[in-house]
Amino acid sequence: MDALEVKDVTKRYAHHVALDKVSITIPEKTIFGLLGPNGAGKTTLIRIINQIINPDEGEILVFGEKLDSPHIGVIGYLPEERGLYKKLKVGDQLLYFARLRGMSRKDALTKIKFWLERFEIKDWWGKKVEELSKGMAQKVQFINTVLHEPRLIILDEPFSGFDPVNAQLITNEILDLKKKGCTVIFSTHRMETVEDLCDHIALIDKSKKILEGSKKQVKEQYRTNTFIVDHRGTFSLNGGPYELLDQVEVEGGLLKSTVKMNRTGSPNDLIRDLIQITEVNSFQEKIPTMSEIFIRLVKGGSHE
Amino acid sequence: MNKIGLIIQREFLNRVQKKSFLIATIFIPLIFPAIIGLLVFVAKQSEKNAKKEVVLYIDESSMFIPDTAKFIFKKFNGPLEEGKRAYTHTDEFGLLYIPRYELSKPKGITLYTKINPSLDDLNSIERLFETQIKELKMLKLNIDKKMLDSLKTDVNISTIKISESGQEKSSNTGVLFGIGMACGILMYMFIFIYGAQIMQGIIEEKTSKVVEVIVSTVRPFQLMMGKIIGLASVGLLQFLIWIILMTTVTFGVLHYFGIDPPQQQAMQQISVDAAAHQAAVNSEITNSINEIISLPWAYIAFTFLFYFLGGYLIYGALFAAVGSAVDSPAEAQQFIFPITIPMLISYLSLFIFILKDPQGSVSVWLSIIPLTSPIAMMGRIGFGIPAWQQALSMLLLVVGFILTTWVAGRIYRVGILMSGTKVNYKVLAKWFMQRG
Repeated sequence: MDALEVKDVTKRYAHHVALDKVSITIPEKTIFGLLGPNGAGKTTLIRIINQIINPDEGEILVFGEKLDSPHIGVIGYLPEERGLYKKLKVGDQLLYFARLRGMSRKDALTKIKFWLERFEIKDWWGKKVEELSKGMAQKVQFINTVLHEPRLIILDEPFSGFDPVNAQLITNEILDLKKKGCTVIFSTHRMETVEDLCDHIALIDKSKKILEGSKKQVKEQYRTNTFIVDHRGTFSLNGGPYELLDQVEVEGGLLKSTVKMNRTGSPNDLIRDLIQITEVNSFQEKIPTMSEIFIRLVKGGSHE
Repeated sequence: MNKIGLIIQREFLNRVQKKSFLIATIFIPLIFPAIIGLLVFVAKQSEKNAKKEVVLYIDESSMFIPDTAKFIFKKFNGPLEEGKRAYTHTDEFGLLYIPRYELSKPKGITLYTKINPSLDDLNSIERLFETQIKELKMLKLNIDKKMLDSLKTDVNISTIKISESGQEKSSNTGVLFGIGMACGILMYMFIFIYGAQIMQGIIEEKTSKVVEVIVSTVRPFQLMMGKIIGLASVGLLQFLIWIILMTTVTFGVLHYFGIDPPQQQAMQQISVDAAAHQAAVNSEITNSINEIISLPWAYIAFTFLFYFLGGYLIYGALFAAVGSAVDSPAEAQQFIFPITIPMLISYLSLFIFILKDPQGSVSVWLSIIPLTSPIAMMGRIGFGIPAWQQALSMLLLVVGFILTTWVAGRIYRVGILMSGTKVNYKVLAKWFMQRG
């Protein structure tokens, strides 16, 4: 079953269309990357999924059911900026939000204790959020998002403000949640996160979805038939089926060349031709990174 | 709904648990009596301790000048020029020159001083001359002072209000004036302080993005109403504590000064006989205190609560809409100003029209129009309000509240999710019209 199905969703504002017939399918128990430059419509989509605003057209299914108010308890949402009351104590804060999401007071208290202990921050209960650092507040915010055991978790830039230790802690928690059967949606600009964590991605640009699929499929789709060769002794390869894009000296007479095959063929052909003219130390296909795919597709768009 | 209850509870606790709430609740009712007491005390002390100033005088008309509370008059013998020279070498307050003058047209009396004399000082010296000249004139015209005094008659009109059912009730316009003013000012402060708090809370939620998390669990309108009602209950609690505190303090003070409040009559209307009887027995102070105590306090408190709630809900909704539209309190200024105009109008009218002429047409209309009625009605409260006016005013207040809340809600639901937009009235109108 799919965790979330967005079907032809359109949202118009007075002067622009924020989402234009966007359809996205998010399989259950995956980590899904929702990518796109600023202003592409990601926030609008997330707000629609969170029932903060309603779409003008289209339909959204959560675990096969039409999105409706009971799903508030099923979805957990972590907005990009704080999302916590500065003057409220950590414990009171978590309790308040848990109860707004429909938990009983008793359940909420048990869960809050569990999570505070797990993050080793039990003594923060009586602290006000304004006394915490940004990273500390973000931990509280993370707890706030997962406290009611949502099956679908939406995280908007979850790693901003974290030091590497805490980022790792949160990464582990996210992987753990996935193992337990949760579906996680990331909205992010950080391509390392996507590279490391996401199974599926969708790219939204200028209110339209322009790419969707598993990370593997997407990378396959954007192969460029380019290969990286470490070798000893220079060569030139101009003309013919190959194009030498780059050749730099690495160290101790070893060189690194980037070669593009202009017509489809087996990499074996390239290897065979190369060993005629140089000593090949290593040979590897250059697989595009998510960052390269992103930039290629969103040319001219703004990105951080 | 359960969730609105949670929000109300949270908002209520947020405010009540603050130290500032405790301080404001306990000290504000004590501040005003304390300030007045202090001022009276200081004035009395300074009057008692004031050093008498010496005024030299050169008299060419041979008048008698008695010393006053502030001035001792010392005659200087010699011409004016000499007197001026002598005065500049002393520390005395001033030099008074009295030329020979006609009783009918005194001219040329001059006061030389080193610093500008205060208006009070000048007046007291002028009065001195006026009395002197009056007595001289009486002497000249052969008027007996006793005869003149016997012409003077003191008239005190006692005012008694007769209701349609024929019940009579003594009333004291001064007391009613005071009550109207106090209630009006208190209403103005209450609405302003609580309205501003709502706005501040909403701006805070918006900038910290808390609102996104909350709005994913409740409808924006529920959040707005939860906040407004939560804060209203804080206001009610505060009001209740103030009433209890003030009553206790008042009775305590009265008891301390040995004035016994007539407890049986405290909440009833005093019959004419009783009033007349008391007037004969009691001193004037006790009388006006009785007057205050005999006011229909339960009715005043109820009316105050109703208009506080109504006015607060109307202005609270408007303040909420403003808070949702802007990103910072500074940005809110431009929208707050038009909201405060009806408040200012009713506040100023309190002194210009309402307290002076509580049944005049301006006063009546101001107390019926919803945006101005809370303050205007409180100004009129002591003077008696025809039932139809009060009913119409209350009805319109409720209608006004529903209308403003509806408008504010429509702006609020869009505004809280918009940050970084330059907002003007056109944008607000667009948000109001926006679907879904």
